[in-house]
Amino acid sequence: MRNRLLLPVLLATCCIQVQAKETPADNYKAYCVQCHGGDGKGGGVNIRDIAVVPRDHTDVKSMSGRSDETLFKAIKEGGASIDKSILMPPWDATLSDEEIKDMVQYLRVLCKCNFGS
Amino acid sequence: MRKTIFAILLGFSGAGFAGGGMLQNECSTCHNITGPAAQTLKEAFEKKGPDLFYAGNKYRQEWLVSWLQKPQRIRPAGMYYGNHIKAGAKGDEVDVSTLNEHVALSKADATSVAAELMRLKPHDDLTAKEKIGAGAISKQMGEMAFNKFLGCMACHLIEPEYGGLSGPEVYTAAKRLQPEYMASYIRSPQAWDPKSWMPNKHLSDINIQKMVNYLKVLSEETENAK
Repeated sequence: MRNRLLLPVLLATCCIQVQAKETPADNYKAYCVQCHGGDGKGGGVNIRDIAVVPRDHTDVKSMSGRSDETLFKAIKEGGASIDKSILMPPWDATLSDEEIKDMVQYLRVLCKCNFGS
Repeated sequence: MRKTIFAILLGFSGAGFAGGGMLQNECSTCHNITGPAAQTLKEAFEKKGPDLFYAGNKYRQEWLVSWLQKPQRIRPAGMYYGNHIKAGAKGDEVDVSTLNEHVALSKADATSVAAELMRLKPHDDLTAKEKIGAGAISKQMGEMAFNKFLGCMACHLIEPEYGGLSGPEVYTAAKRLQPEYMASYIRSPQAWDPKSWMPNKHLSDINIQKMVNYLKVLSEETENAK
C-alpha cells in the first residue's frame, strides 16, 4: 500500500525535475540570440556599438577549432576564461551544467562540425 | 457622437479608469502583480511587461507617478527582445512596428497606482543585504568599467542612441530604481528572476558600488541634459 502511494510521488518529482531543464534551442533563443543573432551568425540586436563582433556559430573553421571542453568553459565561465572577450559573460548562474553540455551539442549542430573536423 | 469620442479618448489615456482595483484589473493583463517570477522560459517569452509583484522593492515612487502619466520606452526591444527583432542588412534589428506603447494615466490614477505598487515588497530580505556607500565615481571612469571591463554596455543603452538594445536602458536607471535594488539585481539577477536575460557577472562588492554610483551620475547627467 505504501509503495502504491510512493510511486506517484516519485513520478511527480522526476517529471518536475525534467520540466525544469530547458531545451538548448530555448536557452539559445533566450540568452545567446541577443548577441549571436537569430541565425547564429554573430549579428545580434546588440552588436551596433559592441567592440568585439560575437562569434559566428555557423563558421566551421573557428568552431571546429574549439573542443567541447573549451566551449563548455566559455559558456559557463565567460569569454575571459578562455582568453577571449569579457563581452561573453559567464552563464553559470543561469544554466545548469547539464544545460551547458546540451548547448555545446547544439552549437555542434549549428556549425555542422566537431572539434578538429 | 462627441460624447462617444470623448469617452474613447478618456479610456485610451487611462483617465477613465476608476482609482481602486486598477492594478488587479488593467495592469495585471500585462504585468505579473502576484508572483512568483516566471519559472520556465516558455512563461518568460510570453511576458508583456516587467514583473510588478516586487515593485515596492524596485521603483522610486515619485518616478512611478511621473512615468505613468507620461510613459517613455525603457526597453528598446520590448520585454523579450526575441519577439521584436527582424533580420536586417547588418544583422538583427528592432522591429518597432511590433512594440506597444504603455497607456498613460491621469495624475490621480498614477498617484493611486504608484502608492499601491509601493506596498508590494516581498523581497525586503534581498534589498536589506545591500549597503549603499556614499562613494563617488567620475562618469568617465564609470563608463570605462561599465563598457570595457565589465561588458554591461553590450546589452544596455547608456545614451539614447549608444549601447545595446536587449536590456532596459540605464541612462535613467537611478531615477527610476532604488539603489539597493540596483545593487541586489547586479549581484544576482536570478535571485529576482530565475530566467532573467541578464547574467550574473559575479561582481565584487566594490564593483557593485561603483556601478550603482555610475548609474547615479549617468541619470543626473541625463536629467541635466534635458
